[in-house]
Amino acid sequence: MAADCEHKAKISGKHIDLTYGKRRIVETLDLDVPEGRFTALIGPNGSGKSTILRAYAGLMKPSSGSILLDGRDLTDLSTGEVARKVGVLLQGPVAPEGLTVGDLVQQGRYPHRSLFSRWSAADQQACDEALTLTGTMDISDRLLDSLSGGQRQRAWIAMTLAQQGEVLLLDEPTTYLDLEHQIELMNLIKTLVDKHGKTVVAVLHDINQAARYATHIVMLKDGNVIAAGRPDNVISAKTVADVFKVKTLVIRDPVAGTPLCVPL
Amino acid sequence: MKVRRAGGVTATERGRALALIVLLCLLMLAAISAVALGTTTMPFSTIISAIFQYDGSRNHLLVTTIRLPRVIAALLAGSALAVSGAIMQAVTNNPLASPGLLGINAGAAFAVVMAMTFFGTGTSDVYLLYAFLGAGTAALVVFTLGSLGAIGHSPLGLVLAGAIVATFLTSLTTAVLIFDESTLDAVRLWTAGSVTGRTMVQARTVAPALLVGLVAAFLVGRHLTTLSLGADASRTLGQNPIVWRGASVVVVILLAGSAVALAGPIGFVGLVVPHVVRMLVGIDYRWVLPFCALGGALLVVVSDMAGRLVFGSQSFPVGVTVALVGAPFFLYLAHTRLKGAA
Repeated sequence: MAADCEHKAKISGKHIDLTYGKRRIVETLDLDVPEGRFTALIGPNGSGKSTILRAYAGLMKPSSGSILLDGRDLTDLSTGEVARKVGVLLQGPVAPEGLTVGDLVQQGRYPHRSLFSRWSAADQQACDEALTLTGTMDISDRLLDSLSGGQRQRAWIAMTLAQQGEVLLLDEPTTYLDLEHQIELMNLIKTLVDKHGKTVVAVLHDINQAARYATHIVMLKDGNVIAAGRPDNVISAKTVADVFKVKTLVIRDPVAGTPLCVPL
Repeated sequence: MKVRRAGGVTATERGRALALIVLLCLLMLAAISAVALGTTTMPFSTIISAIFQYDGSRNHLLVTTIRLPRVIAALLAGSALAVSGAIMQAVTNNPLASPGLLGINAGAAFAVVMAMTFFGTGTSDVYLLYAFLGAGTAALVVFTLGSLGAIGHSPLGLVLAGAIVATFLTSLTTAVLIFDESTLDAVRLWTAGSVTGRTMVQARTVAPALLVGLVAAFLVGRHLTTLSLGADASRTLGQNPIVWRGASVVVVILLAGSAVALAGPIGFVGLVVPHVVRMLVGIDYRWVLPFCALGGALLVVVSDMAGRLVFGSQSFPVGVTVALVGAPFFLYLAHTRLKGAA
């Protein structure tokens, strides 16, 4: 499925098969992630969203086909090179007890440091920026265990920002967060894309959230792309019925003007 | 983090460095006391002259052949066990992990028992080698099994393989011991973990491997912190978790293999010292490991001294006293820390 013509692909999957053992999750998938945009992957459970994200993060090798990052095959890049370009936040990350927010964010500098190099001014600046951007500077001395879900999620995002990659891959970043923190996080992602030129791919559960914040939506079903493009073009009563097996009325969001699904 | 700047140190770091120096002084004090105290109390001057101006007198002989080797063995084993325990816990993301989980103890016991059964109960210097080889072989088998196939991508594979290999070897060892009572008697003290009757030659035999292990551990410290975030996070940060897990296992073999060869399987140190250290200094392994090295050594030296003085027996196994001294201290600390956090 071709991405928007006006944006070149940052990450691009070409005929990829993704399998767990003998179970094939995704078959000959083509999926482009447009550069400098907020892409949301949506689809029902088991549609392959998280698997695709893991593959694009380099955590899983396609059994056939290739994934290109800036035109280069992921398998040709070292884990360090990938980590300097792509920050990843998977679902429900668990930090060891006793880790502070500052400790965690410092880990984001791992791919930039050589084997035994010392902490540099550039490392410190990257961490300070990440903490400031995510609003976690004030809590950088706090233990992760002592934080609310929203704060913890922002701390993890700060770690991926300290990597200073151009791409962020987020797996269900808003799950388990209350409404206030969901909105806060979506606005943070929007800022990262609009003001800092990041390319973000997020697996989202909420169609309406995706429609409101994402600029590019990929709708998945059984490992296949059913529709991809601008929210207006992707979200319709027909596609939602096809993918989610739910009859809806698609109206215009009275605030943002984006498509809004109301189940019938 | 606070006001950390490149090349500079924060107040936290200065505090930690100071605490490390205090701990080192405590350790030296404990070590000197352990050499000085006993059935014959030795003045400090006698200890110094025994080391530097040895004259063959009874007291000098006592210092150089009995007490000093015993204290050195306790220092070496204690630091190695605590550091390798901390590494195991980081590598497996399992706070209850210890070097025994790699089959180190079971492998060493198996090799020692086999050697005794087939080659007779020879000098204890020989067991040292068998114990080290047994520990290393078992750990390598565990790591290889644990890294194969689908389970190899998670630390759980390592834990499972370790449990299986350790149980298998322990069963074999037990089977042999049932039919060989003389060997059973000979290994009984060894399996409790003891530094009684250790010689300078033995300490000198394991010291190189152990010290190399310690230096290597301090060098990989920062990478352990990243590894402890879990395999997925480690990989997305550009770390190859399998390579670093492998490197860590080699360090653990050097450390725990040497320790078990020297002093038998002293439990508890590798489990509890890292916990106490993390409670006090946090999770940054660049700091956790040096604190563990000193703390583990301190615990074993003090426990062995307490065992000798309180129970009045030279051969009271330190493996028992470590738990007797360590368990109440750990409970006290956990209790006060939890209360402080609530």
